[in-house]
Amino acid sequence: MRALPLAYVARNLWVRRVTTLLTALGMALVAYVFATVLMMSEGIRAALVATGQPDNVIVLRKGAGAEINSGITRPQAAVLETLPGLARDTGGRPLISKEPVVLNSLPKRGSGKPSNVTLRGTGPAGLALRPQVRLVEGRMFRPGTAEIVAGRATAAGFAGTGLGESLRFAGRDWQVVGLFDAGGTGFDSELWADADVLMQAFRRASYSSVVFRLADPAGFEAARAQIETDPRLTLEAKPETRFYAEQSEALASFIRILGLTLSVIFSIGAVVGATITMFAAVAQRVGEIGTLRALGFRRSAVLAAFLAESLLLALLGGALGLAAASGMQSVRVSTVNFQTFSELAFQFRLTPAIALQTLGFALAMGLVGGFVPAWRAARLRIVDCLRAA
Amino acid sequence: MPADPRRDPPAAAPGGGAADTPLIRIRGLSKAYRRGEQVIPVLQGIDLDVRRAEFIALMGPSGSGKSTLLNLVAGIDKPDAGRIEIGGVDIARLGESELADWRAAHVGFVFQFYNLMPVLTAFENVELPLLLTGLSRRQRRAHAGAALEMVGLADRVDHYPNELSGGQQQRVAIARALVTDPTLVVADEPTGDLDRTTGEEVLGLMDELHRELGKTIVMVTHDPKAAARAQRLVHLEKGVLVDEPEAAAPGRR
Amino acid sequence: MFVLRLLLKNAFRHRLRTALTVLGLVVAVCAYGLLRTVIDAWYAGAEASSSTRLVTRSAISLTFPLPLSYAERIRGLDGVSGVSWANWFGGIYVTERNFFAQFAVDPASYLALYPEYRLSDAERQAFFRDQQGAVVGRKLAEKFGWKIGDQIPLRGTIYPGTWTFTLRGIYEGAEAGTDEQQMLFHWKRLSEALRQRTGAGSDRVGVFVIGISDPDAAAAISQRVDTQFRNSLAETLTETEKAFQLGFVAMSEAILLAIRAVSGIVIVIIMAVMANTMTMTARERLAEYATLKALGFPGGFVVRLLFGESLLIAGLGGALGIAASFPAVRLVGQLTGTLFPVFRLSPTTLALQVAASVTIGLVAAAWPAWRTSRIGIVNGLRHVG
Repeated sequence: MRALPLAYVARNLWVRRVTTLLTALGMALVAYVFATVLMMSEGIRAALVATGQPDNVIVLRKGAGAEINSGITRPQAAVLETLPGLARDTGGRPLISKEPVVLNSLPKRGSGKPSNVTLRGTGPAGLALRPQVRLVEGRMFRPGTAEIVAGRATAAGFAGTGLGESLRFAGRDWQVVGLFDAGGTGFDSELWADADVLMQAFRRASYSSVVFRLADPAGFEAARAQIETDPRLTLEAKPETRFYAEQSEALASFIRILGLTLSVIFSIGAVVGATITMFAAVAQRVGEIGTLRALGFRRSAVLAAFLAESLLLALLGGALGLAAASGMQSVRVSTVNFQTFSELAFQFRLTPAIALQTLGFALAMGLVGGFVPAWRAARLRIVDCLRAA
Repeated sequence: MPADPRRDPPAAAPGGGAADTPLIRIRGLSKAYRRGEQVIPVLQGIDLDVRRAEFIALMGPSGSGKSTLLNLVAGIDKPDAGRIEIGGVDIARLGESELADWRAAHVGFVFQFYNLMPVLTAFENVELPLLLTGLSRRQRRAHAGAALEMVGLADRVDHYPNELSGGQQQRVAIARALVTDPTLVVADEPTGDLDRTTGEEVLGLMDELHRELGKTIVMVTHDPKAAARAQRLVHLEKGVLVDEPEAAAPGRR
Repeated sequence: MFVLRLLLKNAFRHRLRTALTVLGLVVAVCAYGLLRTVIDAWYAGAEASSSTRLVTRSAISLTFPLPLSYAERIRGLDGVSGVSWANWFGGIYVTERNFFAQFAVDPASYLALYPEYRLSDAERQAFFRDQQGAVVGRKLAEKFGWKIGDQIPLRGTIYPGTWTFTLRGIYEGAEAGTDEQQMLFHWKRLSEALRQRTGAGSDRVGVFVIGISDPDAAAAISQRVDTQFRNSLAETLTETEKAFQLGFVAMSEAILLAIRAVSGIVIVIIMAVMANTMTMTARERLAEYATLKALGFPGGFVVRLLFGESLLIAGLGGALGIAASFPAVRLVGQLTGTLFPVFRLSPTTLALQVAASVTIGLVAAAWPAWRTSRIGIVNGLRHVG
């Protein structure tokens, strides 16, 4: 099939600039919503999935689902410490951390509206188990004191959590002595303090979770079996990566499904716009169609030309929408994760896959919108076209 | 006795090849239009021969079927009955795609309103039919350039149709019609939208190209000046060819 | 009348284009209504709040319990007409998808504070008497097909184990906005079970619900409660029920903002589409409009024609879109199941849908109308649409 030149297709869009722009704008907005939603879902996933270290194992009470619902008593934690095959740090101490996790309702900076922030009790082992966390300002809290360090996102978002500031709860003042950067993972939205001080302050008898690393990662299954079949323990063990992936499930899925549904509904409007535009284009160029057919271009060439026009229009819209969406990457968002009931800060993340999907979605809109007009154009009889011209 | 254009075609024009067999042989051509229940006959059993390199004009009152006949000869419409042999091929038997390919190879079109693509330059408009051939880009550009030079518009190649006068646009159209070296040139009221002077210029050009390139031209026209340029006049009335007392065009060699 | 007929005929001259535009409008207006309804649903809890109820929680966060002993001290405070308590149970019924709210409450005092949960006396008494019993809202019972006497098992996440309850009553909401998807059972049962298992945590309460006689005294009474427990082991934060509910809404602030933005975007999309349609229409009719002007119709007439046609189409699309919103909301309400206890179109949303349609009609015609009014008669007549 000999095709019409791309210049013909592109220039026809240029010649009716206003219409082209308005139609492309409609599609750009849909593409923007589509891309942004996917970027949001990806951002949540990335923040949480990256939170987990591949070789770490997290232990919770069976069926708890989230750390705040979970309770591991001191005796049970002691049993875990005797697990064979635990990795050791440079000082020879076993890499196992027993952590109480509580939620603090703190007012946000700016709006003053309260939301829940995760406060985690940890220690040197806990720090060693999370190499992605780096202290960037100030210093680490001293064991045995009511000092805390704050994740970057928390310090930026919540009143009283910045370096040098202090919070008051459980009957004492807690001083923020350092800020840490967790590389955009979930820990950026947390506050960390000394585990024992925390347990004491809140008068708790049990930890929320226990995290450890095995010297040989292949020994995970054996360790898990040992933990889950021990009659003294009502616990379950998971690789940290899987645990955090599950934590993001509900929220990421919710956003993705909501967003995709909306995008599809919105796309109806944009597709309608494309169809109207292409029908008008065909109507205006009936004479040209007849001439081209007379010259010897096949019906398929006419179909292809108008379809190409619609696709080019859609591509333009898709590219504009994608460009606008990529500007969202500098926006920081924070919301409460349904599953953990606490704040999670994340960013909009644009991946090549999302960019391709967005352009693909735009092209699909162009295809659906432009098909019927292009088909009709190709079905016209030559003599009718020439007579109407 | 006046020559009967149907039975006694004039002597072969200069440059004609196998001058004895007519290029176009039409036998028993019929076409009718259906509007709902009504059937309106437009052409009723036309027989016509056109010799190679002949320049004929189809004339007749409106509704006579001359445009329909032109459309059928050009292969952009299909008859209800009859044969149209052009260069030995009965185009009435061809399928739609084959017909399209045939037109691309054998027919050049000149329309009353030029029918140029407004978004393409003069050069690109002339190049358009060459896209349907297998020529390389360089070859296409050479041919298009030559065609435009032939019609005297070498200096306007990058102009868009809306930057050209009516006469210039028609000349571009003529260049487009000739660029593929077609067997047959079909012209529908080529001077219909032009003023007298410009019309004369365009007709002169067509004349010249007929003489120099030996193209077979079938033209529909109302314009007596245009008709005067043709070698032979064919009259249609109510779908049939009619004899005119003065069958041979006056003053024509 | 003539003008209206003229407008109608003009609008349908190009049937396909008008039909497509109307389709786009229907989808946009309906989607807008749906999105606003989703936002409203989020605020449903806050909307259903009573001005005579306060909620007291731990000052640290909602996840910290308060001692039961606080109840007596609160009851004795000035302005307090009644006190009850509730624990969020967080159980799973069969699968996580069947999420609904479950509270362990003190039945008599709790139901007294929530008169909008209407129960027959027989069912009420049956519930009070049976410590293994529970009452559920009507919508919840309908969704799962529960009848009085059914056994309802819940898998605990916060309180481990399987807990089975006997359905003793089904309450109806007094208002359209009352949550009929809740389950209430005896706090005593929870407390005794915990005492048996661990000995600890058996007198812990999630929140206290306080009834006050004078709504205007809410702030003062809240202060009074919190002052009572300042510097104790469990400091409190007391606020109006509405503020408490809004706290939950605030947690999803970012999402709500996004949904609000998106609902605006859909209107802009259809505005662009319709502006396109009107631009084409105006361009095609340029010669006609110039003729009207030449005949002596004032320039404003032509402009009004354009606006009139645009508003007619927008009105038609908007009306159909609003009509479509009702079944759409019903459908989405069913699909989201227990996620939104209250999911219905509010009068405000309907009014906004109308306003959106009118705005779209006006904005779409604005630029074409301006351009048309500017073109001179001669140029217009010359224009081949």
